[in-house]
Amino acid sequence: MTEEETMLADMARGFLDGAAPVSAFRKMRDEGLTHDAALWKEMAEMGWAGVLVPEEAGGSDMGYAAANVIAREMGKTLAVSPFLSTAVMAATALRQVSDARANAALAKIASGDVTYALAVDEGIKHDPDATAMEARADGNGFRLTGKKTFVVDGAMADRLLVLAKTADGLTLFDIPADRAGITRTQSNMIDARDAAKIDFADVEATGEDVLGQVDNAMTVLRPALRAGQAALAAEMAGLSAGAFDMTVGYLKERKQFGTEIGRFQALQHRAAHLWCETELTASAILNAGRMMDSDPENAELAVSLAKAKATATATLAVQEGVQMHGGIGMTDAYDMGFYMKRARVGAEWLGDYSYHAEKVAASRGF
Amino acid sequence: MSDGQTDADFRAGLRDWLEANCPEQMRDSGTSESAICWGGKNWEFSSPEQKLWLERCAAKGYTVPTWPVEYGGAGMTRDQEKVFHEEMNRINARSPLQSFGIWMLGPALLHFGSHEQKLEYLPPIARGEVRWCQGYSEPGAGSDLANVQTYGEDKGDHWLVNGQKIWTSYADKADQIFALVRTDRDAKKHLGISFLLIDMEDAGVETRPIKMISGISPFCETFFTDVKVPKDRIVGTPNRGWDVAKYLLTHEREMISGSGALESGGRALGAVLTDTLEQLDATLKADAMRCEIDALAMGLTLERYKDQAEAGQGAGDASAMLKYMGTELNKQRHELMMSAGGSAALEWDGDVGNRAGDWLRTKANSIEGGTSEVMLSIVSRRVLGLPA
Ligand SMILES: Cc1cc2nc3c(=O)[nH]c(=O)nc-3n(C[C@H](O)[C@H](O)[C@H](O)COP(=O)(O)OP(=O)(O)OC[C@H]3O[C@@H](n4cnc5c(N)ncnc54)[C@H](O)[C@@H]3O)c2cc1C
Ligand SMILES: Cc1cc2nc3c(=O)[nH]c(=O)nc-3n(C[C@H](O)[C@H](O)[C@H](O)COP(=O)(O)OP(=O)(O)OC[C@H]3O[C@@H](n4cnc5c(N)ncnc54)[C@H](O)[C@@H]3O)c2cc1C
Repeated sequence: MTEEETMLADMARGFLDGAAPVSAFRKMRDEGLTHDAALWKEMAEMGWAGVLVPEEAGGSDMGYAAANVIAREMGKTLAVSPFLSTAVMAATALRQVSDARANAALAKIASGDVTYALAVDEGIKHDPDATAMEARADGNGFRLTGKKTFVVDGAMADRLLVLAKTADGLTLFDIPADRAGITRTQSNMIDARDAAKIDFADVEATGEDVLGQVDNAMTVLRPALRAGQAALAAEMAGLSAGAFDMTVGYLKERKQFGTEIGRFQALQHRAAHLWCETELTASAILNAGRMMDSDPENAELAVSLAKAKATATATLAVQEGVQMHGGIGMTDAYDMGFYMKRARVGAEWLGDYSYHAEKVAASRGF
Repeated sequence: MSDGQTDADFRAGLRDWLEANCPEQMRDSGTSESAICWGGKNWEFSSPEQKLWLERCAAKGYTVPTWPVEYGGAGMTRDQEKVFHEEMNRINARSPLQSFGIWMLGPALLHFGSHEQKLEYLPPIARGEVRWCQGYSEPGAGSDLANVQTYGEDKGDHWLVNGQKIWTSYADKADQIFALVRTDRDAKKHLGISFLLIDMEDAGVETRPIKMISGISPFCETFFTDVKVPKDRIVGTPNRGWDVAKYLLTHEREMISGSGALESGGRALGAVLTDTLEQLDATLKADAMRCEIDALAMGLTLERYKDQAEAGQGAGDASAMLKYMGTELNKQRHELMMSAGGSAALEWDGDVGNRAGDWLRTKANSIEGGTSEVMLSIVSRRVLGLPA
């Protein structure tokens, strides 16, 4: 990491330890809340909501590597925010379009006034190319009919980016979430965060609502998905680090057989192996951030590598986390379970290990 | 390198030099045992071009690009070294020289040696004139390396060395050996070892090759019987050789870890498998994908640690992580390549080359330079701070 990135990480850590420790997430979970508007406002004031918004539109424009740094710190303490959906993905999508409407939308993201959710997935696995939802041409506009699922932040978002089939391809729509014909049902997610199933019944959309060009959603959506995948990988790396630190701490503290369990080589070597995996993952994520900033057109391999590796490592980190804690790791009163559940959601969101492994394989000549 | 030179100039200069000076025959990356020169008095050049290539590179300091010019290097920064490797790779140039002197003794001397020692020992390493081997392991001192029993008795102006080393790679081909020798039997085991430099031609030094499962005999038993080692043939302070030994090991480990790493420009496992892709089952392909992902991440990790090293943060104890992950991955890769080769890979020097020999050789990667288990113990104690 550069000196600037280290400073950003330290600053983020300082803020999150005060404003969004795991105990804050626990409180939200217990109260059935999935969004903390005041917290998001504070993050916006620090420039996080506008991390990818140009300065002209009021953003801090820190870039993708910086966004990953922030996501990683959020992951460590399971901070809940619309950072990925809004600040990373929606902002990246909007940035691909340089018109007055997109700039105005970006300004609202940066100020923290508007949140977004990406309504892309329809089946149990992430697969944008298989989109079946239709946007039927209707006069000068469209009529959207179909169902979206696993729309992360979808129940509380102000606006939706909706992917739908048009005459000759896929088109991305940017519409308010409360438009007539939209029904949102919040899913009861294992990670206690916001995700929704959304039903679109003949929802009206105008040409104005199209983000980018008709039949050409991917020019706008692909960069957004990549940015989201990279930042999600970073969040999962943070989550792994959080779970790992708890586990190593416990190994040093818990005594059985008259000594710290961290003295047993069977546990030491597994903990050491896990640390090695977190190091490889950290490299993949740094590289993804650098590629997104310097050569976004060719960042697919780097991003898929990061997401695949982060998924595998987080899965291992939380499994070892629970196992090495013994009985207490299984209790709801202990935080490790939160990490395990968030890791599982992160593993699926925006493409699972296999999805990204296939992308790596394709670009590596398999 | 003059300070005013721009990056582009630097690259262009290198490119021109390589075009003009790298013989055609040396542009095949060189994969066989003797393709890359190991140097030393006994080295038999496989071709006149191999000799020419070494001489030309040595004259420019390109055998050890980052070493200071006065010690035979080119004084390159880390970033310049990267450019150098990129340009070498671009034309598939063989490395002009590889040796334990470059990978191990050199870094230790640069860190612990006196100016005079550096002037004496480093340039001959850089020019490929002197080949070194590593006398660490003994029959009773493998993972427990500090248990070395080879003894150097203080005789005033020299040590009289007696004992045995084992697994000494290329001892039969080397001119010199750097050896861990106990010089104080009363001190605690880590505090009575000296790092001595011994001439393999000295009276009383004898080597016996040992054959490996891969069919070749790269390592030896090395015996010392009343060998006189002058008092100035020591790196660091008497009885503090363990510090030198450990420092050297971090470099050795980083070097070995490269075997399992892939650069995104490097030949993918996928590319190797494509030869037989149609005949392979999905499970094998899936395993290969996992291995590829890990190997790419490993390559990025090595680069990251090298970048940090220039900023004054050496890999240090983390070299154990690099070594463990790199070598375990390399073993996996070779298992997969054997599977992909099917029955064609079962013959010595068959249709797929010496794939079986290479596969068997990789099994040593997680043993030599410290075993995987020892690496994990180093990580768990020194990096994670778990109780010993
Ligand atoms: C769902 C559930 C139901 C249970 N039901 C019952 C029940 O009905 N009755 C009952 O009496 N108990 C019950 N238990 C308790 C269970 O038997 C203990 O949790 C288990 O024996 C582990 O002990 P611990 O939780 O104290 O973990 P610890 O012993 O503290 O272990 C922590 C970690 O250290 C490891 N470890 C400990 N010692 C060593 C060693 N020497 N070498 C290597 N690793 C070591 C463990 O494998 C573990 O990974 C239940 C537990 C659970 C989770
Ligand atoms: C191809 C090859 C080249 C080599 N070249 C050189 C060379 O040039 N110079 C040189 O000095 N040496 C060389 N070596 C030796 C190498 O460094 C040793 O083999 C290595 O350090 C292991 O020592 P050992 O063979 O005595 O195994 P042992 O130490 O006896 O280990 C046996 C097994 O026990 C495990 N083990 C040991 N202690 C522990 C522990 N505390 N906890 C858990 N597990 C443990 C080991 O991991 C291993 O799996 C070479 C070895 C090979 C295979």
